[in-house]
Amino acid sequence: MFKKILIANRGEIAVRVMRACRELGIPSVAVYSEVDRASLHVRHADEAYFIGPAAATESYLNMEKILEVARRSGADAIHPGYGFLSENPRFARACQEQGVKFIGPTAEAMELLGSKTRARQAMERAGVPLVPGSSRGLEFAEAVGVAKEVGYPIMLKAAAGGGGKGMRLVRAGEELRSAFDAARSEAERAFGDGEIYIEKLIENPRHIEMQVLADEHGHTLWLGERECSVQRRHQKVLEESPSPVVDAEMRRRMGEAAVKVAEAGGYTNAGTVEFLVDANKNFYFLEVNTRLQVEHPVTEMVTGLDLVHLQIRIAAGEPLPFHQQEVQLRGHAMECRIYAEDPDNNFFPSPGKITLLLIPGGPGIRRDSGMYEGWSVPLEYDPLLAKLIGYGSDRRQTIMRLRRALHEYFVGGIKTNISLFRRILKNPEFMAGKLDTGFLDRLLASPETDPVKSEHPDIAAIAAGVFALLEQATATRNGSAGARTQPAKNGASGWKQAGRAESLQ
Amino acid sequence: MIFDVNIDGADYRLQLVREKAGWKCRLNGREVALDAVLTRANVLSIVIGGTAYEVKREATPLDLHFWVGSARYAAEVRDPRSLRSRRQAAGAGDGIKKLVAPMPGKVVRLLVQEKAAVQAGEGVLVIEAMKMQNELKSPKKGVVQKILAAPGAAVNAGDVLAIVE
Repeated sequence: MFKKILIANRGEIAVRVMRACRELGIPSVAVYSEVDRASLHVRHADEAYFIGPAAATESYLNMEKILEVARRSGADAIHPGYGFLSENPRFARACQEQGVKFIGPTAEAMELLGSKTRARQAMERAGVPLVPGSSRGLEFAEAVGVAKEVGYPIMLKAAAGGGGKGMRLVRAGEELRSAFDAARSEAERAFGDGEIYIEKLIENPRHIEMQVLADEHGHTLWLGERECSVQRRHQKVLEESPSPVVDAEMRRRMGEAAVKVAEAGGYTNAGTVEFLVDANKNFYFLEVNTRLQVEHPVTEMVTGLDLVHLQIRIAAGEPLPFHQQEVQLRGHAMECRIYAEDPDNNFFPSPGKITLLLIPGGPGIRRDSGMYEGWSVPLEYDPLLAKLIGYGSDRRQTIMRLRRALHEYFVGGIKTNISLFRRILKNPEFMAGKLDTGFLDRLLASPETDPVKSEHPDIAAIAAGVFALLEQATATRNGSAGARTQPAKNGASGWKQAGRAESLQ
Repeated sequence: MIFDVNIDGADYRLQLVREKAGWKCRLNGREVALDAVLTRANVLSIVIGGTAYEVKREATPLDLHFWVGSARYAAEVRDPRSLRSRRQAAGAGDGIKKLVAPMPGKVVRLLVQEKAAVQAGEGVLVIEAMKMQNELKSPKKGVVQKILAAPGAAVNAGDVLAIVE
């Protein structure tokens, strides 16, 4: 087992990995940038090293600095979290060259599965269902033919792509030329690679992904699916497991397809195979995420497994400690991604100091968080503050628990998207499990039908006075103000007493 | 103590006295059997006639809000006897107004110089945060007495950037 693990990340995921390290009795090493010195992940770590200015390129994305810290601290393994260097084959290779174990797949598996066209080719060979389209990069002349064959509407996509860049929706032949040129140049600029391929557009699909886990001894398992269709601008906002539309038989078929994908790529450690699912429940391979994902907790809740423990143990050379038939899904779990964003202002990021934090607890509630009261949210990174995960015996109970937990949750001093989840969790379509990737955009485009009622302005007024009075009393005690207010004595009217005291101010 | 409180645009007159046994409270002339306990900084437990409320105070450099349960209320509190608040309440002409940075960022440029006369709503300086530029406007007609930040300076939320009199 490893002697020391360096976590090459920050925020909630760094905290989450450090907790697993502590549970396994392995000292953890944190790295932090200039603006993260006071962050929660540094407080959780056994060792902490400064790695540079706030900009990610000079800190969390800087391979040399991170490997230098590994040398200094004597860490023999690095957990990359998600984002940052987690899917960077050069980094995985550099770790290997330095004799530090990268907790994740090999560089080769990342390269194969990270290229969308190479991944498609591997899927074709493995007989995994694909979104109809091309499995290699196309020149414009070929694209015309493929598009006609596949049938409009189509998506032009970048082979090296991600994050929506280099993608264009084309509804008819006339649009193809300009869309093709635009997609190509955007891909060149974003990834240094203008290779473009085509996929048929699946209208209003569900995004359902399958968690896979593979050890370094040839055993690959699937651990159940996650429904991730609640998205805004291609960013997941709320995820759940199991999917409301996947039954045991479909789960088995998707799981087996995902395992084929992982094996075709020589994949090891934790990964996720993403599928698009159409209205007829046909599923098509979309892509592979060669890392642990943000939403991994919902799989942990319904399987009872600790994925980070397993990642560490797999990387240390242990075989998977269970077989496929022992994997059981029980109950239902849902995760809300709490972001420092203003839902009333187009989700504009909201950095600043958290002046008050009241956290939810109780049955079926898990919180993976990087924030604390008094912390200042930095501007420079993804504004994910925390994940609120609810677990219950069925989907309905899970929703009730999350609603209750959101009622308890209070973040003061910055704006968060907590109110958005209240809206989602009482939406009739959502409650019926009628989801697709257009759901949230539709919800946000429609007027709020049931806003929080402002029924107690009088209580607010009273509270305002109470706070002000208590603040003055504190100031008085600290000697910074004039006359004190005395409690009423000998039956004298409290009002008179106060009036006399006030007139002296 | 008497407070003039404005909640979401509506005015309330509050009379409040702290006693050994609790509170004496009158809201807009009506007596309220108030039981209020500060449970921790910024969190008040209020019970009136058996109904319980958890009230959170959220104060930023720019504004004040109270949350009763999940409902948010904008608040302004004035102690009518205090000289300072009487001056502030006297209207647009009186008093010194401070221009405060609403969030951490960087001063990009100044739109006016010290001693310049400005109208209410006229831009005084531009700060940049989260890759967006924000023009800070003078809250009143007056003269920019002091500008306290130079272009290129990094600022924190709450930093006073200019004073208009």
